[in-house]
Parts: sequence; C-alpha cells; structure tokens
Amino acid sequence: MKPRGPFADPEHIDLPELERSLRNPRTFLDLLLSTLTGLLTLGALFPLFSVLYLLIVRGGRLLSLSLFTSLPPAAMVAGGGFGNALIGTLLVVAIATAISVPFGIMAAVYTAEIGPETRTTRIVLFAAKILTGLPSILAGVFAYAAVVVVTGGFSAPAGGVALALLMLPTILLTAEDAIKSVPAKMREAAIGMGATPTQVICRILLPTALPGMLTGVMLAVARAAGETAPLLFTALFSDYWISRTNPLFLPKSVSDLMQPTPSLAVLIFNFSSSPFDNQIELAWAAALVLVGLVLVVNLLGRALSRRAIRA
Amino acid sequence: MGDVPLGSTLAAPSDEPISQPPSAYDIAVDRLFRNLAFGLAWGAVLVVALVVGEIGQKALPAIHEYGTQFLTQTVWDPNRKSFGILPQIWGTLYTSILGLTVGTVFGVAIAIFLSEGFLASAVDAVLRATGQADRPFFSQLPVRVEGVLQTTVELLAAIPSVVYGLWGIFVVIPLVRPWADWFHTHLGWLPWFSTALSGPGILPASLVLAIMVLPTISAISRDALVAVPPRLREAALGLGATRWEAIIAVIVPAAATGIWGSVILGFGRALGETVALAMLAGNANVISWSVFSPCSTLAALLANNFPEAGPVEVGALMYAALILLAITLLVNMVGAAILRRADAGLKGLQ
Repeated sequence: MKPRGPFADPEHIDLPELERSLRNPRTFLDLLLSTLTGLLTLGALFPLFSVLYLLIVRGGRLLSLSLFTSLPPAAMVAGGGFGNALIGTLLVVAIATAISVPFGIMAAVYTAEIGPETRTTRIVLFAAKILTGLPSILAGVFAYAAVVVVTGGFSAPAGGVALALLMLPTILLTAEDAIKSVPAKMREAAIGMGATPTQVICRILLPTALPGMLTGVMLAVARAAGETAPLLFTALFSDYWISRTNPLFLPKSVSDLMQPTPSLAVLIFNFSSSPFDNQIELAWAAALVLVGLVLVVNLLGRALSRRAIRA
Repeated sequence: MGDVPLGSTLAAPSDEPISQPPSAYDIAVDRLFRNLAFGLAWGAVLVVALVVGEIGQKALPAIHEYGTQFLTQTVWDPNRKSFGILPQIWGTLYTSILGLTVGTVFGVAIAIFLSEGFLASAVDAVLRATGQADRPFFSQLPVRVEGVLQTTVELLAAIPSVVYGLWGIFVVIPLVRPWADWFHTHLGWLPWFSTALSGPGILPASLVLAIMVLPTISAISRDALVAVPPRLREAALGLGATRWEAIIAVIVPAAATGIWGSVILGFGRALGETVALAMLAGNANVISWSVFSPCSTLAALLANNFPEAGPVEVGALMYAALILLAITLLVNMVGAAILRRADAGLKGLQ
C-alpha cells in the first residue's frame, strides 16, 4: 500500500495539510463533539438556575417578617406564613441530629481506629453502604412501623427517627474518612506518651478530625432538612404552633412533642397541589426559605472540608 | 543568648517521667469506651436488620393473603380489599429508565467535560488571547473556574426533591405541553405518543428524575474517568488520535465499568425517588406505553396512601414497601459490585 498524507513523499512535506483546518473531517468532528459536551453541560445547569431564579422571583415577592411569625393561611385568606413549619423543621432535624451524630461517630471510631481490619468493620461498612441507597420513603415506612405504631400517634420524634436513618450513613462514612486521614505521627506520639486508646481517640484523633466530621454532619443535615417523603406519615403536618402555651417556641412538655409536627417540606408538598393562589404563593416562599437554609448549610460544610484539606 | 548557660533552660532531670502508665480509672474508662464503640458499630448493622425485619414482619400477613397475585393485579381498592401493584411497578420502571437515559447522556457528557479539562483550557485560551495568561492574579483562574462548575453540578443534588416537584409543576409541564401536543397530533399513531398530555405525566416526571440522578452519574463517572492512567491517553495521542478519538476509543472504554456502576447507582436513586414523582406523575392506576399518560410509582403509592390508610391497607402498603426495598437493595448491590470490579480492573493498568 502506498503511504498517503503529508509525509507520503519524504522529499516534499505538504505543510498546509499539517495545519489545523476545519475542512478536515477529523478536526471538524473533534470541534463538534467539544461543542456538544459544552452545550450539554450548560443544559444540565439550566434547571439549577431556573429553580433559583423562580424561587427568588416568585418566592421573594412574598418574603417578609410576618411569614416567620404567623400560621399557614386557610384557602383564599390573604397573609399567613409558615412560622410553625420552620420551627417544626428545625425541631425534627435537631432530633435526627441528636440521634445520628453520636451513633455515627462512635461507629466510625470503631471502624476507623479500634478495629479497622476486622470482620465487624467490613460488615458495618457494608451495612452503611446499604443504608446510603435506602429510598427515603422506606425510612418513613420503618419509622411508621417502629415509632408511630408503638407510641400511638404521629410525632416529631417519629420524623426524627426517619431522618436519622438517612443521616447515619453519611455521617459514619465521612467521619471514618476524617479519622483515617489523621497523620499516623500524631497517634504514635500520643501512644508513646502512654495514652490509652480512648485518650488517643478523644484528645488527638477526634479534635484533629473535627472539620472533616463536621462537613459530613452538615451535608447530612442539609439533606435531611429538605426531605419530605420520610415525614409524610411520621411527623405528618399540623396547622398549629408546636407549643400550645407559648406560640413561637419549642415544645414545653412531652405532650407537645408527641403531636403531629409541621415542616417546611411537607407544607410545600401539600400547598403545591392546592387550587388556591395564596397557598401556592406561600409554597414558593417556603421553598425559597428551605432552599436558602439547605444551600447555606451545604456550602458551609463544603468550605469546612476545603479548609480541612489545606490544613 | 550567649550569657545564659545552655543547661539552665532545661528542667533538671528528675526521677518522675513525663509519661505515666494509665491509672485503674483510665483503664476502666478505656474498656467502657471501646465496648461502647463496638456496640454502636454493630448498632448500624442492627438498624439495617431492623428496617428489613420490621417491614418484612408487617408485610407478612398481606403476603399470605394476597400472594403473588399482588404483583400481577392492576386494581388498588381498599374498600373491596383488592390490592395489586402491577401499574406501580410499570410506572416505576418506565419513569426510572426514561429518566435514567436522559440523565446518563447529560451526566456522562458533564463527566467528560470536567475530567478532560475542557473548561480550564477554554479559560486558558481566553486568557492567552487577551494577553493576561502570565499575570499571577489569573494563574489559578482555569482551575478555580472548573472547581466552581463541579460544585455547581453537585449543588443540583442539594435542591430538595419537593422543590423540584414544585418547579416541575410550574415550569416543566408548561414547557413540554406544546411539544407534547405537536407529537400527539402528528405522530399519535405511535404507541409512545398515543395519549395527550393532560398535565402531570410520565414525560415531565422522567425529565425531573433525570435532573435528580444526573449529579450521581456525573460525580461517579468523573471519578472513573480521572482514574484512567494518563499513559493510555498519552499513547493514543502519540499514535495520532485527536482528542475525541482518544476519549471515545481509549478513555471511555477504560472507564466503562465505572460509568456502568454510576448508571446502576443512579437507577437505584431513581427507583426510590418519591415526592417529585408523586407531584408530577399524576398518580393514576394506568399501564400505558404513552410517555404523555399519567402513571403511578411504588414510592408515590406509599406517599399518597399511607397517611390515611386503615389497618388492612397498611398491610398491603407494607407489602409494596417490601417489594420496593427488595428492588432497590438488589440494584444498589449490583452497582456497588460493579464499582468494586472497576477499581480492581484499573489496578492492572497502573
């Protein structure tokens, strides 16, 4: 076969053919595909900016202080807000955090430090990976069966258990990574000073791994705050304040706590299918507050992890 | 400095060492702490067992009563105690696969775009063209811009699904309606366009689902593409391949197992997604090929019927939850196994 192309004749190199020209089908295809991926990437970002734009335009219109201090409105009644839902979201997420953080971090201490190569660790990490893929609605089904049926009613702790189930794997796996990335020198120095394993963990490993663990906790909190499905039939919803005696604040007694508890996410879900304009507008305003909350916590968590890497 | 004798800054050697053996109290605390950690580690395993056990146990009476007919019947009527979830299984698979297909196209494109440094080289080209490339102020800009893009893609996953549902109702449905009408009137003889879009339906639900699985697919695919050893790319370029010839013929095939793993994990997410689908799919007990017809999914069935269900219906819902649990567990385990194989496969190429 005769060689072709710019080097076919060694005496004479065809320089124009070596130049990058779009008339060459290979170069053209290259540019075409580059443009296509660029456009697809831009296209994928369209939803994010469209969501943020609409939230600011439609939700921002209604934004005022009274939103945070009043109760959800009835149909066609102007005004109203979602103060109870905001407090409810914070309460349920706080319960979930209080359950999942100590649980997840202690389990991570075991898998990362006390018995890293054991069979227990392999099984625990496998279980955590399974939990990562658990559909959020099934966390709700579990909390319904384990808490709502047992305590006899929808309540904030039931919602908290459901959310804790979703937060646990994130917290466990990030805390494990963070503890494992503490330099071995520090651990060895502490052991050399005669520290017990517990002292090494509590005085050296956990403080050093704190930024990384906090990132995991904040990402988990951000995710949990936006979850709707697990709350639909655990915390349910309520049009009233959580504390009957003191409108703006937290539950004052166990009976306050064991009531159906409103949340921003469920409020958006309920109002989105409402035929009444005022409720739909309120859903947009609630979505703006919820997304703002979630994005701030999420970005703070990411900033922490960047600082942790630099340190 | 010179006036001070060197030895005086050091403490005189004493008989008491700085380090001490742990006291009996320290040892007791240590033992307690370690056992606590051990117990809570097993607690995580127990939680998984509890979830499966609790749902399975509550579903048991319904399994005895309805048997496998539950999977093949098409009616959900608590009044007649007749329960079947075939339409839900159909709707779950249809929306998931359609959403996954769209999400994969975008997700893999983003993964390639990010891992091959297209944006960084574009920013670099602009800097060179404007003569700013040598300024230290701009030296980090290409890398920074790429980091911002990556974070932005990941933020897609941070938006709560209920907000996507709201957005879908007021943006996606009006946006696809004219297209849907055109396809229905002109190509209505095709089974996929055989019904008109009445509002909520499979297509808007799948599009929103695509957005929700896209960050999973792009993040894991990007990891797989970045893990391809540079010498493979260099060899391809050295043989005269263009950038895209190298990507299509060498880099993507080398990362294919990882990309598959990401798609399967995205499938797992799509199957379990609840609220956005409950808001956008229309919740109708229908089995239809048409992408404009409303449908129902397993997760949406649970979300819609659970809050007001009586004891008989709760049993049937628990059975449906068990089916959903089984499907998602299976899909997620397959995805994780594929990703493990991808890691092992690339080790041979290093």
